[in-house]
Amino acid sequence: MSSLILILVTGVGLGALYFLVASGLSLIYGLMHVLNFAHGAFLTAGAYAAWVAAASLSTLGGWSFPAAVLIGMIVGALIGAAVEFFLIRPLYRRHIEQVLVTVGLGLMGVALITGIWGADPQPFPRPAWTTATTTIGGAAIPNDRFLLIGAAAVLLIGLLLLLKYTRLGLIIRAGVENRTMVQALGIDVRRTFTLVFALGGAAAALGGVLGSVYSGSVSPGQGTALLIYAFIVVVIGGFGSIGGTALAALVVGLVQQLANYYLYSGIGDVSVVLLLAVVLLVRPGGLTGRTA
Amino acid sequence: MSDILRLTDVQVRIAGSHILQGIDFTVPEGGVTALLGRNGVGKTTTLKAILGIVPATGNIEFDGHRIDEAPTHRIVRSGVGYVPEDRDVFASLTVEENLRLAEVPGVQPDYATVHDLFPELRDRRKQRAGTLSGGQQQMVALARVLLGPARLLLVDEPTKGLAPKLVAQVGDVLARVAERTTVLLVEQNLPLVRRIADAAVVIDNGRVVHTSDAASLLGDESLVNSLLGVADASRAGTESTSVEHAARHEPPPSMTATSEIGGTG
Repeated sequence: MSSLILILVTGVGLGALYFLVASGLSLIYGLMHVLNFAHGAFLTAGAYAAWVAAASLSTLGGWSFPAAVLIGMIVGALIGAAVEFFLIRPLYRRHIEQVLVTVGLGLMGVALITGIWGADPQPFPRPAWTTATTTIGGAAIPNDRFLLIGAAAVLLIGLLLLLKYTRLGLIIRAGVENRTMVQALGIDVRRTFTLVFALGGAAAALGGVLGSVYSGSVSPGQGTALLIYAFIVVVIGGFGSIGGTALAALVVGLVQQLANYYLYSGIGDVSVVLLLAVVLLVRPGGLTGRTA
Repeated sequence: MSDILRLTDVQVRIAGSHILQGIDFTVPEGGVTALLGRNGVGKTTTLKAILGIVPATGNIEFDGHRIDEAPTHRIVRSGVGYVPEDRDVFASLTVEENLRLAEVPGVQPDYATVHDLFPELRDRRKQRAGTLSGGQQQMVALARVLLGPARLLLVDEPTKGLAPKLVAQVGDVLARVAERTTVLLVEQNLPLVRRIADAAVVIDNGRVVHTSDAASLLGDESLVNSLLGVADASRAGTESTSVEHAARHEPPPSMTATSEIGGTG
């Protein structure tokens, strides 16, 4: 029983990590129809920024970790906004070029970080409380899982409130449906695009930092590895749907963990791909019925 | 009367097709100017070119200022409202949210006029726009542009898909709107055009082939026939007709059917 609880909480934690990365990806595609293969670079850049900041801010004691997280998110947001403004904006409606640019950026990000800090993983200075455990139902669960779940829950609620109750959210929801008509109502939708890219960059960076806490290290390839799962989550959840993305992330995280533990170690990744295939066959538009 | 809109040699090419081949016309300030023509001749494309939704060459002036280089949102903010052919309400948003989206920050929205013209929208403000009937969606589409201080409304086939009774109501609304705002109206329902339009511009094959006051165009049956390929059946007592039905040599629609035509012009 305690093993099952540990597996379930770890699965939910992993799903939370996927949601942190996938939420921005989903909004960006839903609103702008941009397949952002550079999203993993936002994540990695945020993680490394937080890693550097945590080392520099160690004098802040208990505040160094939240300060590092904040700096990582700011860096992710700034990179996201800059990528949209300088590279994506001139290429709207030119989808092949967008893919080429974002793929190139993703590769460049990995190469740049490898060039500066090397290819080897670097230990992330985790706060002691994240490596401690909390016992639930006899299962000793590492606190980093709860950190991931808590962060994803806050992000989910924050995004839902933003989408439901703010003018920016209204514009995003309308833009996902028909961005030409949004412009025809006198709204500068390009500014919204930049904001959404910044938001997605910040969320991805948060995922990068907390993923580093979870794994205990930062590495140049961590964004690329998570990006694949994030794309799977977005496709299963339905492009542009935050609720669908959250649900899909939860399902993917749980399936992966349960398959790894109860079927065969390492088969979790295959299970996720099979899940993707089944969803595409049964509900081509994803769980929320939205197609790419 | 001064001109509020002037198009000079406006050309549009889309996917290799030369849709607009040098459009020239002006819209006088005040009243309704009808943009007429058979299906597929470039009427909708003309409206989209004015709004910058499709890339165009040539000169487009609104209120004395060139707008052909401006992005769509700036053109709209400068005072041009747009009611698209298929209404394009945001289906997943409520009526209230559709209207809120059209509010211009810093400008007091004119809900008094909107609720006066469309009292039903007040009762349906919490309803998702996608669940409204075609007529109700048309109300939302019109209400969105009436909230702001638009000086020119581009209205594309507002009666498309509507029952005859609703066609008359839309006509009444447009007539009231035209008392305070200039309207450039793409419409295939000639009786409606006859009722509310002051001027008429006819397009054929991407060019303007006729401009005059609406009454003299629609009063000349042979001219209507040659330019629009249809006899204005309303003159012979038929309630409604359309360019397309006549062009297809189909019988005019019955009172229970819609009086509109599909149009991608």
